Amino acid sequence: MTNWIDTVTPNSIEDVQSAVSGTSHCLAHGNRSKPGLASAPRSTTYLDTRALTGILEYEPAEYTITARAGTPISEVEAALAENGQYLPFDPPLAQHGATLGGTIAAGLSGSGRYRYGGVRDFLIGVRFVDGQGQLVRGGGKVVKNAAGFDIPKLMVGSLGRLGVLVEASFKVFPRPQSYATLTATYPTISDALGALHKAADARMELEALDLVLDRVDGLRTLPTLWVRLGGLEGVMPQRLAQLRSVLGAGDVMDGFVETASWQAGREFSWVPAGGALAKVALTPSRIVALEEKLATTKALRRYAVGGNLAWIAWPAAIAELDTLLTAENLSGLVIRGVTEQPRIGVQTGQVFARRIKQALDPAGRFLAL
Amino acid sequence: MPTYPILTDLARLFPPKRLLQQRAQLAPYESDALTAFHARPAAVVLVESQEEVIETVRLCHRHCVPFVARGSGTSLSGGSLPIQDGIVIALNRLNRILRLDAQARIAVVEPGVVNLDVTRAATPYGLYYAPDPSSQLICTIGGNVAFNSGGAHCLKYGMTANHVLGIKAVLPDGEVVHLGSESLEHIGPDLTGFFVGSEGLFGIALEITLRLLPKPAVYRTVLAAYSSLEAAGDAVAEVVASGLLPGAMEIMDNLAIQAAEAAVHAGYPMDAAGLLIVELEGEDIQVAAEFAHLLQVIEQTEPYEVRVAQDEAERMRIWKGRKSAFSAVGRLSPDYIVQDGVVPRSKLGQALGIIKRLSEAYSIRVANVFHAGDGNLHPLILYNGSEPGALERAEELAGKILHMCIDLGGSITGEHGVGMEKLQYMADMFSATDLQVMDSLRQAIDPQALANRGKKLPGGQAPARHMHGPHPLEKQGVISRS
Repeated sequence: MTNWIDTVTPNSIEDVQSAVSGTSHCLAHGNRSKPGLASAPRSTTYLDTRALTGILEYEPAEYTITARAGTPISEVEAALAENGQYLPFDPPLAQHGATLGGTIAAGLSGSGRYRYGGVRDFLIGVRFVDGQGQLVRGGGKVVKNAAGFDIPKLMVGSLGRLGVLVEASFKVFPRPQSYATLTATYPTISDALGALHKAADARMELEALDLVLDRVDGLRTLPTLWVRLGGLEGVMPQRLAQLRSVLGAGDVMDGFVETASWQAGREFSWVPAGGALAKVALTPSRIVALEEKLATTKALRRYAVGGNLAWIAWPAAIAELDTLLTAENLSGLVIRGVTEQPRIGVQTGQVFARRIKQALDPAGRFLAL
Repeated sequence: MPTYPILTDLARLFPPKRLLQQRAQLAPYESDALTAFHARPAAVVLVESQEEVIETVRLCHRHCVPFVARGSGTSLSGGSLPIQDGIVIALNRLNRILRLDAQARIAVVEPGVVNLDVTRAATPYGLYYAPDPSSQLICTIGGNVAFNSGGAHCLKYGMTANHVLGIKAVLPDGEVVHLGSESLEHIGPDLTGFFVGSEGLFGIALEITLRLLPKPAVYRTVLAAYSSLEAAGDAVAEVVASGLLPGAMEIMDNLAIQAAEAAVHAGYPMDAAGLLIVELEGEDIQVAAEFAHLLQVIEQTEPYEVRVAQDEAERMRIWKGRKSAFSAVGRLSPDYIVQDGVVPRSKLGQALGIIKRLSEAYSIRVANVFHAGDGNLHPLILYNGSEPGALERAEELAGKILHMCIDLGGSITGEHGVGMEKLQYMADMFSATDLQVMDSLRQAIDPQALANRGKKLPGGQAPARHMHGPHPLEKQGVISRS
C-alpha cells in the first residue's frame, strides 16, 4: 500500500463528524507545534482543525472560558489578560501556535503548573467527535461538576486517539499582579536537589520551581535552581528576602528579563534546532539516577514542576531514549522528533485504556493508543 | 432467603464473623446517608486485605452477582445503597496508611482510611490533605475517590480528582490495574482522573496515592453578615471580581445559621439573613496584604456586621458551625433532603431568589448552605416524613431546584454524585448520545454491570426526557422507601 496522505479542513463540527465517519484512519492536528504528535505512520487522513477557532463564551466575572478546540492558546491568553486572568497550568508553545485542542490532547502543562495544577486540573468540559462520528459532551461549563464520567480528564493526554476535540471549557484564575524569580547555582545535582526540597518545604507559595542544567564545557553541566514568586508587587521584596534566607543565596531576576526567561523555557528556545524533545513524568527522587545516565550523553535537560516533569532534548535516535526510560521505569512522550510511537518508556493502565479505546473507537479510526 | 452458590464460596473465604448474612446483621447496611431508600443485600463481607477484595470481586464475577463497595456509608446520593440480593464489600477495615513520604509529599492509602486521618498523619510533617467534605471525620478515601468528593476548600485546589496521583484498582471482572504514578505529571490519557468520580462503576480502588500539600503558614478568616441572602450572593461576585483567590468562600442563610448556632455555638450573628465566610490562606506577608484588600472589598458590599477571627480557636469554631450545618438542620425538622447543585458563580444571587420563591410557593422551608465560591448550592429541604405526600412534595421541589441549575447553565451535582438519587435528571443534562457513550464506556469495563449496578447512569437504552416518579428499581420492587 502506498503511503498517501490526505488532509481535510473541517469548517464545522458536522464537517469533523463526516470526516471521521468517511475515513478509515485519521489524525487531528492544529498548528503542528508538537510535530512528534502530528504525524501518522500510515495512510491517514489529517484533520486540520485550525478553522475550528474562536472563543465562544467568556464572562470574566465567571472565571471560566469556552472556545473551539482549534483556537490558539495565544488568543485565549490575550483575552484573559485583558481582564487580569490567566490559564494557571502555563501551557507551553503558545508562540509556536499551540492550540487548546492540541494542548489537551498532548496533556502538556508548563512550569507554572507547580502552583495550582496542570491542564487536567483546569479543564472542566469538552465536546469531541468519537470514532463513530458522534458528537459527545463530557463535563460542563461550571467549576464543580460530578455528573457523568469525567470524560474531560480522559481527553487529557489522549493524543487524539480517543476522539477529535472540537470545544473545551476551562476554569481560569486571577493572574498574579507581579512576578519575580530567584536563581541559585549549585556545584552538584545533589546540592541543587537539596535546595529544591528546602524551597518546596518553605511554606511559601511558589509559582514555579525548576532545575535548569546549563552546559559549561564539554558534557559538564551546572544545575541552577529557578524559583518563581507571584503576587502583590508591594510585598515582593520582602518575600524575595524570605526566600533567599531559605536558600542561603540567590540572584533576583525581575521585569522584562524575568518574563522573557520563563517564556524562553516555555517555548523551548533552549532546545537545539532539529533535535528531538521529550517530556518525562517523574518524581524528584528519580532525578539522581536519571542524571547518572544522561550525564554521559549530549542531551540537554530541564527539570520543571519541583522535579515532577523533565524536558529532555535528545540528540540521538528516539529508540535509545526509549530504552533508557524503560530501564529507569519512567514514561515519556516525544513531542518533537521522528518516531512511529511518541509514547516511550513504560506504560501503565493499558488493560483499562484498551477497554476505553474499544468503547470510543471500536472501528480503530484513530491511531492505536 | 434463597441460598446462593456464591455464599458458599464466600464462606470459604471469610470466617462467619466477617460474612454477615443474618437479617439483624444486614440492617445497618441497608441504607446510606440517603435514608429514604433501602435494600437488603444477600451478604456483607468485612474485608481486611486487598486480596480479599480481589477474591470477592472475582467470585461476584464468576457467579454474576452484583456488588457494591462501601466505606462509612455517608453518600448523600445513595451511592452505597446495596443492590437487592447482591454483595456489599465493606472496606472500613482496609484502612492502613501504607506509606507517607513527606519529601515526595504523597500518602499511599487503602480505601477504608478516613479522610481526616490522612491529614492527621501528615500534620507532623507540616503537610495536609486538601479535600475536606463536611463528613471528613468519618467518610473514607475510597468513597471520596468514587464520588470525587469536594468540600469547603475546593476553590483554590480543586476536588478529590485534583489530589489523586495514582490508583491500584480491581476492575469488575477481577483484573487488577495500576493507573497513574507518584508524579504530578502523566503520559497518556489521564486514566486516574477518569476513574475518580466513576461512583464504583469501574471497580474498587485498593491503593490510592494522594498528593499532600504544605500547610499554609497562616489563615485569615472573616465573617460578614447581610440583611438579605441576595446581598451575600452579590458579595461573592465582588470578592471574585477583586482578583483575590480565597481558599474558601461559604454562605449560610438564616435557617442554617439558627441550626448551626443551636448545635455548636459557633458565635454566628443570629439575625443575619445571609452570612458570608471568606478565608484567605498562604504566606503571612502576602496574606496580610490581601486580607486588608479583602476587608475593603467586603466593606463596600454593605454588610451590617463584619467579624474577623482573632485566633485559631475562633476560626475552628466558625468552621465547626459550617461543617455541622447539615446535621444541625435535623434540629429544625424531623426529615430533610440535602440537595447538591451548581450554578455559574455570577448567577448565585438569581438562583437564591428563585429558591426563595419556590420555597414560598411550596410552603416548604429550605435552609441554604453553600460553597459560594464554586457556585455549589446545598439547599436543605425540610419536611415531615410522617405526613402523607410530604416526601414527594419535597422531592418535587428538589427537582425544580435541579432544573433551575440546568437552566442557568450549571450542573445537577457538584460533589455528592448522581448515585441513585439523580438518575432521573441525567437526561436533562446530557444528550441521548452523551449518555449512550457513557453507557458504552461502562459496558466496555463491566459488560455485566456488576459494579454498583443501577447507579450513576440511567438504565439500558437512552432514557426518555423528563423521566419522573419512582426510581425504576423501585417500580420493580427491587428497592423500597422507608
